[in-house]
Amino acid sequence: MTLAAPRDGYGNALLKLSENQKVVVLEADLGKSTKSCWFRKDHPDRTFCVGISEQNMVLVAAGFASSGYIPFASTFAIFSERAFEQMRNGVCRPGLNVHLCGSHGGMHTGEDGSSAQSVEDLAIFRSLPNMTVIHPADDISAEILTIQLANHSTPSYMRTTRNKIPRLYENKIDQIKIGKGVVHKEGSDVVLFACGVMVSRSIEAAEELSKEGIEAAVVDIHTLKPLDTNLVIEKSKSCGCAVTVEDHSVIGGLGGAISECLSKDFPIPVENVGVQDKYGQSGKPEELMKLMGLTVGDIVKSAKKAIKRKV
Amino acid sequence: MLEYHPIMIADMGSNTNKNPTENHTQQIARECRKHILRMTSKANSGHPGGSLSAIDMLVCLYSTRLKINSENPDWEDRDRFVMSKGHASPGMYAILREMNFIEDGDMDQFRQMGGICQGHVDSKWTPGVDFSAGSLGMGLSFGIGCALAARMEKSERTVFVMLGDGEIQEGQVWEAAMSASNFNLGNLKVFLDNNGIQNDDFCDNQMLMGDIAKKWKAFGWEVKKIDGHSHSEIIDSIAWLDSVKNTPAIVIAKTVKGKGVSFMENNPAFHGAAANEEQLKQALEEIDR
Repeated sequence: MTLAAPRDGYGNALLKLSENQKVVVLEADLGKSTKSCWFRKDHPDRTFCVGISEQNMVLVAAGFASSGYIPFASTFAIFSERAFEQMRNGVCRPGLNVHLCGSHGGMHTGEDGSSAQSVEDLAIFRSLPNMTVIHPADDISAEILTIQLANHSTPSYMRTTRNKIPRLYENKIDQIKIGKGVVHKEGSDVVLFACGVMVSRSIEAAEELSKEGIEAAVVDIHTLKPLDTNLVIEKSKSCGCAVTVEDHSVIGGLGGAISECLSKDFPIPVENVGVQDKYGQSGKPEELMKLMGLTVGDIVKSAKKAIKRKV
Repeated sequence: MLEYHPIMIADMGSNTNKNPTENHTQQIARECRKHILRMTSKANSGHPGGSLSAIDMLVCLYSTRLKINSENPDWEDRDRFVMSKGHASPGMYAILREMNFIEDGDMDQFRQMGGICQGHVDSKWTPGVDFSAGSLGMGLSFGIGCALAARMEKSERTVFVMLGDGEIQEGQVWEAAMSASNFNLGNLKVFLDNNGIQNDDFCDNQMLMGDIAKKWKAFGWEVKKIDGHSHSEIIDSIAWLDSVKNTPAIVIAKTVKGKGVSFMENNPAFHGAAANEEQLKQALEEIDR
């Protein structure tokens, strides 16, 4: 299986978007990390580094958007949180199409430690009206979704991942669309709704479950907002129980989005695999995933628990 | 003698003198002060103090310099005005009324449900408002984005930003100040309404402000200090701002909070409180005196 970094997908997308003269790129010192540096190299005249000032960056981007440009601004996921109120009051409220990308999100970031491990970003940005929130599962979907954002009608937040993870979309490119979940495996006993680095792990978990005679469906919910409620409800109806799987707090992210939808429209048992309301520490990504309950084994366990709770 | 831009004159509202004089701007300012007092009193809320301190600058800027068009508020190549101290919305609505962007009835609905004159200036609601403010410290960064965009298009349009002095306690203002000089933004011009009072108290009681001019100079800006109620000084400072070409420039205007109304002047109580009926009567008499 090919391994690739979702942040590279973001960088490649910006390069492809560069033909559109209205696309501008903003950085707050971390272009080498988020991969906007590739755009900078080819288009220095359309790349603006504002130094280490994320709040400033978001409003500079808003000024560009109000002047008819399509700004893509990036930093680490954790530092995008610093500009939350700027996104709320300066971007989403006036409806300016600023596209903010936070790379290095989640526990998967690893060695930098808890200060860098953003596990709240999806939750906070999901709470904003007029906002689209995306967390792609591989580099290909990150690239295609970023390209689609250039013509998207709302501001957005996208979390990308730093480390190389399995490529999932080589043969599914035409299925990638903002706001549409993608079914990676059919099943009728339990549905695993996953995003980001947890999609490939959920596919692995489904394979494990299959060995035990349990058929789990796996759905990539790369767009947390607006949620593909039709698909969520359809798969929930056919499976009767669900597990949400994310490298993010169990509060307010994918687990929150799915639970909000199902509690209203189709109440079934839902288990949440995610970070259980705590901070991480330094360590190798795999060590941290284990510590935080984000392994294939944890997903398998939660799937069985959800199935047991079915009436 | 000052020069006035022909396009601006052509684009101005019908109530605007084609040869603006200081008397003329004084007359507009008087009307604006009355609008500010009436709309805040009617709403029984809002921010008269910081509107009255800023209004002379707004009047001079709008009636002698800004290239805007009330018939086409979204004209792409218009000058931009970013009211970063968004609570001075009554001042903004007053000048927009005088420039024919909005009507008297709109001001009557200030802070009322469904009215286009929102509590804090909001680009989604009011024609002629370029920036949605209300959270201090964000407008200068927004202005930088607008100024960079104008430069990319080789447009002559200019971006004016108004900041409050309490507002510059926000860290983002200094992130932006550093960025503006980094980008050599000669098309970015700032007025700082230095009225010395913020929400709770006098600024220096909340945070020692130090030498404000020196701070901006240290961040690479061209700085000029003026009396923010002298129309001739304001109009001269606009010409000075236009003469600065490759550096961002700021006019630090010493003003009086509540200027023009004796009981409001330099009184922190009228940062965010309106005059009652009796006070309004007195205030309007004072303005007309």
